[in-house]
Amino acid sequence: MDKKLGAYICGGCSIAESIDVDALVQIARTEYKVPVCRTHPFLCGPEGLATIRGDLANHAVDALVLAACSPRAKTDAFVFDPSVVLERVNLREQVVWSHKQRDEDTQMLAEDALRMSLAKVGKVEPLEPAPGEISTTVLIVGGGLTGLTAAAEAAEAGYDAVLVEKEERLGGHLADVRRVPPVRAPFTAARSSDLPQRIERVTENPNVNVFTSTNIVRTQGQPGMFDVTLQTGDERSTHRVGAIVAATGWKPYDTAKLGYLGYGLSPNVVTNLEFEKIAAAERWTRPSDGKPLSRVLFIQCAGSRDPNHLPYCSTICCTEALKQVQYLHESCPETEVYVVYRDMVTPGLYERYYRTVQDHPAAFFVKGDVSQVRRDSTGDVRVTLDHTLFGETAELVVDLVVLATGMVPNSTDGQVLNLPQEASSAQAASQVAEAEKKNGTSGAHDATGILNLAYRQGLELPLLRDGFPDSNFVCFPYETLRTGIYAAGAARAPMDAASAEEDARGAVMKAIQCIEFARRGQAVHPRAGDMSYPSFFLQRCTQCKRCTVECPFGALDEDEKGTPKLNPNRCRRCGICMGACPERIISFKNYSVEIIASIIKAVEVPEEDEEKPRILLFMCENDAYPALDAAGLARLQYDPAVRVIPVRCLGSVNVVWIADALSRGIDGVMLLGCKHGDDYQCHFAKGSELATRRLENVKETLSRLQLEPERIEVGQVAMEDYTKLPAMIDGFMARIREIGPNPYKGF
Amino acid sequence: MYEPATTRADKPILVIGGGITGMTAALEAAEAGCRVVLIEKSPYLGGRTASFHLYFPKLCPPVCGLEINLQRIKRNPRIQILTLAELERLEGLPGNYQATVKVSPRYVTEACTACNACAEVCPSKRADDFNAGFSKTKAVYLPFKWAFPLRYVIDRAACANGCRACVEACKYEAVNLGQQPERKTFSVAAAVVATGWEPYDASRIDNLGFGKYPNIVTNVTLERLAAPDGPTQGKIVRPSDGQPPKQIVFVQCAGSRDENHLPYCSSVCCAASFKQASYLRAQNPKAEITIFYIDIRMPGRLEEFYSKVVKEAGIRLIKGKVGRIEGEPCTDDLLITAEEILAGKKIIARAGLVVLATGIVPQTRGLPPGFAVDEFGFISGSEGDFYIAGCVKRPQDVAASVRDGTGAALGALQSVVRSVQSG
Repeated sequence: MDKKLGAYICGGCSIAESIDVDALVQIARTEYKVPVCRTHPFLCGPEGLATIRGDLANHAVDALVLAACSPRAKTDAFVFDPSVVLERVNLREQVVWSHKQRDEDTQMLAEDALRMSLAKVGKVEPLEPAPGEISTTVLIVGGGLTGLTAAAEAAEAGYDAVLVEKEERLGGHLADVRRVPPVRAPFTAARSSDLPQRIERVTENPNVNVFTSTNIVRTQGQPGMFDVTLQTGDERSTHRVGAIVAATGWKPYDTAKLGYLGYGLSPNVVTNLEFEKIAAAERWTRPSDGKPLSRVLFIQCAGSRDPNHLPYCSTICCTEALKQVQYLHESCPETEVYVVYRDMVTPGLYERYYRTVQDHPAAFFVKGDVSQVRRDSTGDVRVTLDHTLFGETAELVVDLVVLATGMVPNSTDGQVLNLPQEASSAQAASQVAEAEKKNGTSGAHDATGILNLAYRQGLELPLLRDGFPDSNFVCFPYETLRTGIYAAGAARAPMDAASAEEDARGAVMKAIQCIEFARRGQAVHPRAGDMSYPSFFLQRCTQCKRCTVECPFGALDEDEKGTPKLNPNRCRRCGICMGACPERIISFKNYSVEIIASIIKAVEVPEEDEEKPRILLFMCENDAYPALDAAGLARLQYDPAVRVIPVRCLGSVNVVWIADALSRGIDGVMLLGCKHGDDYQCHFAKGSELATRRLENVKETLSRLQLEPERIEVGQVAMEDYTKLPAMIDGFMARIREIGPNPYKGF
Repeated sequence: MYEPATTRADKPILVIGGGITGMTAALEAAEAGCRVVLIEKSPYLGGRTASFHLYFPKLCPPVCGLEINLQRIKRNPRIQILTLAELERLEGLPGNYQATVKVSPRYVTEACTACNACAEVCPSKRADDFNAGFSKTKAVYLPFKWAFPLRYVIDRAACANGCRACVEACKYEAVNLGQQPERKTFSVAAAVVATGWEPYDASRIDNLGFGKYPNIVTNVTLERLAAPDGPTQGKIVRPSDGQPPKQIVFVQCAGSRDENHLPYCSSVCCAASFKQASYLRAQNPKAEITIFYIDIRMPGRLEEFYSKVVKEAGIRLIKGKVGRIEGEPCTDDLLITAEEILAGKKIIARAGLVVLATGIVPQTRGLPPGFAVDEFGFISGSEGDFYIAGCVKRPQDVAASVRDGTGAALGALQSVVRSVQSG
C-alpha cells in the first residue's frame, strides 16, 4: 500500500535552537520524497495539531512522522484515528536535550533519527485484529474456597462459569475445619467458615455449571477459544471457555517426613488438620487412651521455613494455631497449652488475635527449637526444647502434640507425565524434555495432570521456585507464563483464607479482561491492546523449532513435522520468536526483520577518514528506552555517535540485524535491556536472557570474520539507574574508538 | 454482535487514589472495558511506591512497574485522570452515585511541555517533599522524572511575592497563576477506595528520639537516601555529617504492635528492613547491621528472601524491644538501649545511623462519611457499591495491594453490570 506521508517537525522545547530544522525538511523532501513536510514551533499546541488534523481531513496525508518529543510524551495530544500510521522521532529527549547545541554531530544524529523513522514508516502496514469467535465462559479449576469464590464472582459479573472439582464434594479444606480465623475487627474470635452458604451461592446460580468427581483430560486452544474435555466417571464432555482460573489449592506437607517431630511415634502426635477433626468431634481426650488433656503442645513450622523441607513460610499455620488454642481455651479451660514457635507470624490485624489468645492464663508461647520428641510408657509425649527465652534446654511432658504442618501446592504432585491423547506419546515427551532443557527453567514443566494442556511446551502451568505457579513480578501478581490461565489462592502462593478470597476475585478479573481482549483481537498484558501479531512465511520454514521452544508463553504449537502453528490469543507480541528465527520468516505488520533492517540501512555511515564512528543501540522499550528519556529530561549528555532503535524486547533482536549493521560499516552494536537471572525483570520472562545467549554465538562468528567480538555488548539497565546510562554508553564508545573503525566501512 | 455490559454502561467507575493500588484497579477495570475516572490528590500518579528505591524481594526498582502501568494508561482511552483532585462528596444510591471532586490549581496547564524554561528562571526554592525534604526544588518543579502527567506544578506558597518570571519564560503560555480551584461532578456506578497509607509519625514515639537527633531516620526516608536520583545520588550517608555510617541499627515495630501507638502489626516492615539491610551492605560491605525485632514476620516465599539476606550479609538479629535511643555526648552517634529477650538482659548498642521501621497508618482523610472504620482506623466495609483496597483496608505489601486492587476492580465491574441490567 502506498502511503501519503506527512512529516511534521517541531521546533519547540529548544529543538529549533539546537539543530537546523530546515535541513531536516530537506532530507524528508529530497531523500524520502515526502509530499507534505511542515515545521511548527509548538506542534503539540492547538495550532500545530490543527495543521496535522487538517492534512488528514483533506486526505493530503494518511501516515504521520512526527519529529518532536519522545513517543512517551504528549500522548494525550498526538491522538489520531487508529487507522493512521503514526511514527514519532525522538528529537527532544534523545537528541537536543542530551547533546551539544548547534553541533555538527548533534545535527547528524537528528538527521539520522528522521531518516530511520521515514524508512520505517514506509514499511509499516496498518493492523487488523486477529479474528475469532470468543467464548465468554470462565473455567474454574478447583472447588475449594478460592474456586467457589471465583465461580460465584465470575457469574455475578455476567460471565458464565464452569467449575471443576476432582473430589465428590465441594469446599476443599474448608470442609475439614471447624472454624476459620477472624477476618474483621475486633479480631478476637474465630468464626464459621460459612461453607454451606458459599456452596449455595455457586450451586444456586444458574450461570455456574458445577462438575464434581471430575478431571480435566485435555485443554487445548487459546484464550477466548479453549476447548476443555472433562471426564466425570465414564462420561466425557467438552466445553468451550474463554479463560481459566487455576484454583487447585494445597495439601498438607507429607507427614512421613515429619518423623523428626515425632509424627508416627504415638497417636498423641497429630497434625493441625487432624486436630480439626478432634475439635469437630469435641473429643478432648488423648487419642491413645482417652485420658483428659491436661497439657497440649503446638509445634510451629513443622516442615516450613526449613531448607530441608519447605523453604518457605506456609503463612497460615500461626493463625491456625491461635484458633486451635482458642478451641482448647473454650472447651477445656483448665488445659495448659504451649505453643513453641520461632517467630509468631501473625501479621497485620491478626496481631490483636495473637494478643487475645496470648492473654489467656492457660496459654504459654515459647520461642524455641524442638530438638527431640519422645514417647514414654505412660503415653505422655516428652518434647525437648532448645534456645528458649531462658536460654536453656527444657523438657515438656504433654498429652498431645499438634504439628503445624505446612502447605504444599497441589501443582507439585509430580505425577507421571499425563500426555495429551492425540499426540504420539514418545514425540510429545521428547518435545517436552527438549523444551525443558532449552528453556533452562528447572522444574518448569513438572507435569501434574491438572490442566493437561495440549501445548507444545508442556501440560501444566510452569512453576516458579518451590512449585508454585506464582508470578515473578511484584507489580503484576497474576502474570503466568500461560496466557489466559490465572493461578489463584494457595495454588499460586501460600496464603490465608481472606487473601485467597481476594485472590479469587483478582484472578477472575484477569480472566474476564483476557476474554474481552480476545474479543477485541488484542494482546493482554504487558502489551495490552496491541493488535499486531506475528505471521509465518512457512514456505521457507526449516522446522528448526527454535521459535516453538523459545516462546516463553507456549504460544506456538507444532505439527508432526515441526512446523510452527501460532495461537494468536496466546501470543504476547514480544517478538521473541522473530528474534529466534534463523530464516527470518516471522514478521509483525509493524515490526519485522525487514522493517528494522531498513531502519539500519537509513543510518548514514561516514567514511573512515571522517573519524565519525557510529554505534547502534537496541533498547528495550520497557526499561532501557524510558531510562534514556529520563536521562534526557535530566539533560545528561552522552556521545552523539549513537543511533537508537527501540525494540519490543531484547529477545526480539534478530542477530541478522547485527550482521547488517556491521557489514554496513557501523562500528559497534549495544543491546540494552532488563535484568535477567532468578529475579529477572524482563516483562517477557526470558527475552533479555535469550538475547545475551544468542549474542555469544554471534561473537564467535565475528571472530571468524576478523571482526573484534568486543564490537558487540549487551547491558542490563535498571530503570532508576538512568543517571548511569550516559556513562555506560560513553564507556562503550570509548572502547569502540580504541578498537578503531570497522574495516567493512565503504564496502 | 455481543457487546459486554461494561462498554454499554453510561456511567464510569470512580477510583479514589492514584497509588499502585488505585492505578491497578483503574487499569484492570478499564482494560476489561469499563470507563474509569481516577482521582489523585498529589500532582502525579504512583503514590508512595514512586519514591521507593527498590521493592522486596526482587530488589527491583518500582519505576519499572510504574512505566508499564503508565504505558497501559497512555494506550487506554477509557481512563480519565485528575491529579491534584480530592473527593468532596459522594452520594446517591447503588449503581448511581454523584461524586463531587475538587481539583486544586496546578497553575500550569495542559500546554506545558516540561521544557524546564520556567524552573530555569524561577528565583524561589522549596523543600522537596518527594525527597523527604532532604533537597530543594524551584517553586515551579517537576515532581520526579517519571511524573505523569509529565507537567510542571507550582507551589504557590513558595513563590516570591508578585513574581511572574515563569509566566514570562513560558513560550507555550502554559503558566496560569490565576488558576482557581475547580469543582467537577461525575455520575458513577461504583467507587474503589484506594487512598493508601502514611507512615506513623515517629516523633510521637518519645523514647526513640526521632526529630531530636539527626542520625535517626525512618525506613521511608532511607528509600530516598538510597535512590540514585535521590538527594544524595544514592549514597547512604548520615544526615549529620554526610559520611557513610559504619554501624546501623534497625528498630523494628517503631510504633507498631504497641498499644500506645499502633496496636497492629504493619506487615511490611520486617521485609522492608531486610531489603534495606541488603542494599546497605551491598553499598558498604563492611557495615555492621543490627536488627532489633519482636518476631520476624516475612510470610510465604519472603522467607527465602529473609534467609538469603541473613546468610549473605551477616546481619546481627536481636530479639528485643528497643526501650530508648539517646545521642552519645560529644559525637553524632546514638546509643540504643534494648532488652535482649533471649539472653534476659539489657544491652546497649551504638550506631552511626538508626533506621526506625515506622508502621502503616491508613489514610482516610477527605473520605465522605458512610465508610465503616474499625478500631484501628482501617476501612472495614461499607454499604453500597464501594470497594476498599490496599493499605487503607489493612496493612499489606505491594503484591498484596495489587491483588486487592484487581479484586476491587472486579467488584466495581459487577456494579456496572448490575446498573446496566437494571436499566
